[in-house]
Amino acid sequence: MAELRIERAQSETTVVCGGVWDAIELDAAAKAAGALSGMRDTAVVFDLSPIERLDTAGALLLQQLQRTLEAEGNIVRMAGADETTQRVLAMTGRNAHPGAAFVTEKYGLLEGVGRSAVALLANVKGGLAFTGEAFYAFLNILFAHGQWRFKEIAHQINESAIKAMGIIALTMFLVGIVVAYQSAIQLKIYGANIFIVDALGISILRELGPMLTAIVVAGRSGSSYAAQIGVMKMTEEIDAMRTMGFDPYAFLVLPRLFALIIMMPILIFFADIFGLLGGMVIANTELGLSPTLFTDRFVEAVALKHFWVGLVKGPFFAVLIASIGIYRGLQVKNDTESIGINTTRSVVEAIFAVIICDAVFSIVFTELGY
Amino acid sequence: MAALIEVENVVTQFGERVVHDHVSLHVDAGEIYGFLGPSGCGKSTLMREIILLEPVQGGTIRLFSQSVQSLGFEAAQRLRQKWGVLFQSNALFTSLNVAENIAVMLKEYTKLPQKLIDEVVAFKLDIVGLSQNDGTLYPSQLSGGMKKKVALARALALDPPLLFLDEPTSGLDPISAREFNSLIVKLRDMLQLTVVMVTHDMASIETTLDRMAIIDERRIAAEGSLAEVKKMESPFIRTFFGGDIS
Repeated sequence: MAELRIERAQSETTVVCGGVWDAIELDAAAKAAGALSGMRDTAVVFDLSPIERLDTAGALLLQQLQRTLEAEGNIVRMAGADETTQRVLAMTGRNAHPGAAFVTEKYGLLEGVGRSAVALLANVKGGLAFTGEAFYAFLNILFAHGQWRFKEIAHQINESAIKAMGIIALTMFLVGIVVAYQSAIQLKIYGANIFIVDALGISILRELGPMLTAIVVAGRSGSSYAAQIGVMKMTEEIDAMRTMGFDPYAFLVLPRLFALIIMMPILIFFADIFGLLGGMVIANTELGLSPTLFTDRFVEAVALKHFWVGLVKGPFFAVLIASIGIYRGLQVKNDTESIGINTTRSVVEAIFAVIICDAVFSIVFTELGY
Repeated sequence: MAALIEVENVVTQFGERVVHDHVSLHVDAGEIYGFLGPSGCGKSTLMREIILLEPVQGGTIRLFSQSVQSLGFEAAQRLRQKWGVLFQSNALFTSLNVAENIAVMLKEYTKLPQKLIDEVVAFKLDIVGLSQNDGTLYPSQLSGGMKKKVALARALALDPPLLFLDEPTSGLDPISAREFNSLIVKLRDMLQLTVVMVTHDMASIETTLDRMAIIDERRIAAEGSLAEVKKMESPFIRTFFGGDIS
């Protein structure tokens, strides 16, 4: 522990410094030194002889105190320093930068708004450039020398869709149970038990199935696209591909896009099955509706169009999720923080985009009479 | 003088692969000591065992006459404050600027006023040869050589008596590497440090190291000063020092 004791006498004030003046033990001394402020026109002697050890932080503190005291018109003398202490003091005296301050500039409201606007514009531009590049790579495959990378697409189908089936099944099964349970209580009041089939069928097939599948995929696969491609960018893997003449859009972007476009409708179909299964369980236990009765009513009451309406949304959601995830990955700069920021944004933006898209579909399909 | 670091009969193996087979060496206070050897010989692993990043599997390692095995949390924390480490890839915190990177330990472990912390940072920037204006830059804005110097300044933030360097000159151009080597020697004399470095660089070996250990075939092939090591009869040492052995 660094100690600092002030002994006031008539002719001069003695500051006795003792203990270990290491950075880590310096708190007490720095605090006690506060009592030195407000002294004017006195002779101050720093007695350094009891100091056991002094490191550069301790030496800098001593010299800072000396400077402040001298600025107030005091006469300061250092006494009793042994050889090591003197050596450290001489070293910090040589290399110190009195009054150094590292202030990062902060900007005001106006500049902040301006910077955000420029960043937003750059973001929009980047998004447009990304869409253009991806589309160009797609045209290349269709009409020029590009090729379908089936192996990579298959790999992505496995990684981002097949492996997501477990969590999607569980989520939808539970959602089916929750929705059925809440409806069952209301329907029982009116004795309209059988209508649970209509309610579940339409809500799950049209909205809940596609929507929740998209949310799970965005959280699971969209974020992994962003993180994976972001790290590839940091480790210069993407630059390495470019130097070999491999277009990252053909090798990284399109396989992921195609994989999700192909698999989203299938995942939605899968989600529908498990959602309805969950509902069926509750219809049986809570309302006494046997599975046979449930399926009979389902075929009768729920038109096929509801199923198709849900399925058609799949590829659209897939494009949004995959392109936002990949775009965010490509936006990663060469520092670790931007990986976190971009991964978060990929999920938030993808879910938001999916919800907007779903709202548009909902209105369009209803207006069209589907 | 008592040895600052004592490594005795250290055995390390990963799965089936034995990396160290009864490795022993010692580092004296005030010297610049090098771990040398072919890639994958376990130089960095040995260093990581000494700085408490990897558990010691067999044998003993003592630092400041204190065994690093089975340390309690408090004892380990105290021991860690006695050394600074410069990692091969610098490991600067990218979300903090240069001054904040250097001050991070002071901010965490002390309640010193910001004015003093800033002066400590300024001093550390000065002794590693960086300008005061670099303090507000972020790591992504720095060149490779500057990053090394910032990482060195951060390693020295608490004035530790012991400094570990993992391939300090890798990725630097020859001129920066030479500069960095003389900086290490200068700081050793100025701050009375003991330095342990893992290196491949011939220039560092010739100009900076006082003593070295060559790890080859899971054991210490040679230990001593450059002249002593060169005298050893070993095929590895002959190829390693190449033409200048006669």
